[in-house]
Amino acid sequence: MFGLRYLPGVTTLQLDAELCSGCGMCLNVCPHAVLASAGHGKVAITDRDACMECGACARNCSFGALSVQAGVGCAAAIIVGALRGTEPTCGCGDGEGMSCC
Amino acid sequence: MKTADTSWFEGTVGTPAGDVPRVRTSLTSRDRRDAVALRWGIGRSAYTVPPGLYAVGSPSAESVVLVSANYKMSFDRLRRELSGIDAWILVLDTKGINVWCAAGKGTFGTDELVNRVEAADLGQVVSHRRLVLPQLGAPGVSAHEVRKRSGFQVVYGPVRAPDLPRFLSAGMKADPEMRRVRFGLADRAAVVPVEIVQGAGYALLIAALFVILGGLGPDGYRLDHVLSVGIPDAILVLGAFLGGSLLTPLLLPFLPGRPFAWKGMCMGLLVTLALWAALHGLPGTPGALALAAWLTMGSALASFLAMNFTGASTYTSLSGVRKEMRFAVPVQVVAVTAGLVFWAVARFTGQQG
Repeated sequence: MFGLRYLPGVTTLQLDAELCSGCGMCLNVCPHAVLASAGHGKVAITDRDACMECGACARNCSFGALSVQAGVGCAAAIIVGALRGTEPTCGCGDGEGMSCC
Repeated sequence: MKTADTSWFEGTVGTPAGDVPRVRTSLTSRDRRDAVALRWGIGRSAYTVPPGLYAVGSPSAESVVLVSANYKMSFDRLRRELSGIDAWILVLDTKGINVWCAAGKGTFGTDELVNRVEAADLGQVVSHRRLVLPQLGAPGVSAHEVRKRSGFQVVYGPVRAPDLPRFLSAGMKADPEMRRVRFGLADRAAVVPVEIVQGAGYALLIAALFVILGGLGPDGYRLDHVLSVGIPDAILVLGAFLGGSLLTPLLLPFLPGRPFAWKGMCMGLLVTLALWAALHGLPGTPGALALAAWLTMGSALASFLAMNFTGASTYTSLSGVRKEMRFAVPVQVVAVTAGLVFWAVARFTGQQG
């Protein structure tokens, strides 16, 4: 890890080991090495608190073994969403000059 | 329109599906100048590349297909790493947004990729059936669905474009470091200018307001107080602003705690205390209430700005930001309210700054 860690015990990431085939696709897409091979044809969540809920693993698991409530970890997006009564909305590129990314 | 800039084109490459524009792998001074301007939030929305297929070098039917976003900075970062490599670049329409953010929104996504492969007639251009995507496109793209719908296999390349040549020459194998997102000092410094540009207008407005309000006091409005109180107060506002949107991002790993709001609050207290000492000397009882006002308001402002930096960071989760906001936002509101009361009482009881 690169020294910066966010809040522990919050991620919604879930792995259903029954469905996991151990193909390793999730290991390729996770930007924070949350998962690792557990041997005997399975992966395991080995650094749960590093998960940023980007959703890459779940979207790319063809066995449906991973689930996460994906979203942007952005306070401004949560405020915008709360004001509009929608889900957290990243304003990037909406022409509002908001450019968090 | 910035898209009219054609200095990065270099002829065409003929294919069974028609001519494909070739792009240079070296950036011009204009490309670099525009990239700096983008970092400061200038011309962001207009800075796009037309979606579609491009060539670098002299690609053949066997050459690799690299997928990118139509944000010019993403595209430039890719092509400048490709000197000496023959490849195709398939640019998706991400509305001028970078790969990672676009993937989060779904514009760098399965549908757009499948449609763009079809629109470019990629099956005619290349004989293989493989697409190399930046790893950070994965939140928006479902590799198995792309395969089902287009026949193309998605291979996720490294996070950072400079690792791409090594990834390709290693037979499309990424080492673990290529798969990790970082947020080092240079990464943080690169996103700070936009934070400052976005907040500067509000910060200057609030600072100007306090310059004017500084003249208020028990014996009416006094211009000399504008100088002795208003100006120092405005400096404290700007200090807290820079503490939250410049110093907190830069010093992020060295500030205590994990919530960004907490890191920002600490920085706000520190900056306010330091500026107060510089402006009014070491804290003493006469100005205690005014100092308390600025410590609460300054720390709340810096805390709020730091909290908003979660969106520019590369490691915060939605669940985590929600959790810190449930605590931080009420505290910030109470702190600002209390600070304003302290400030007003200090002004109208004639306490100097």
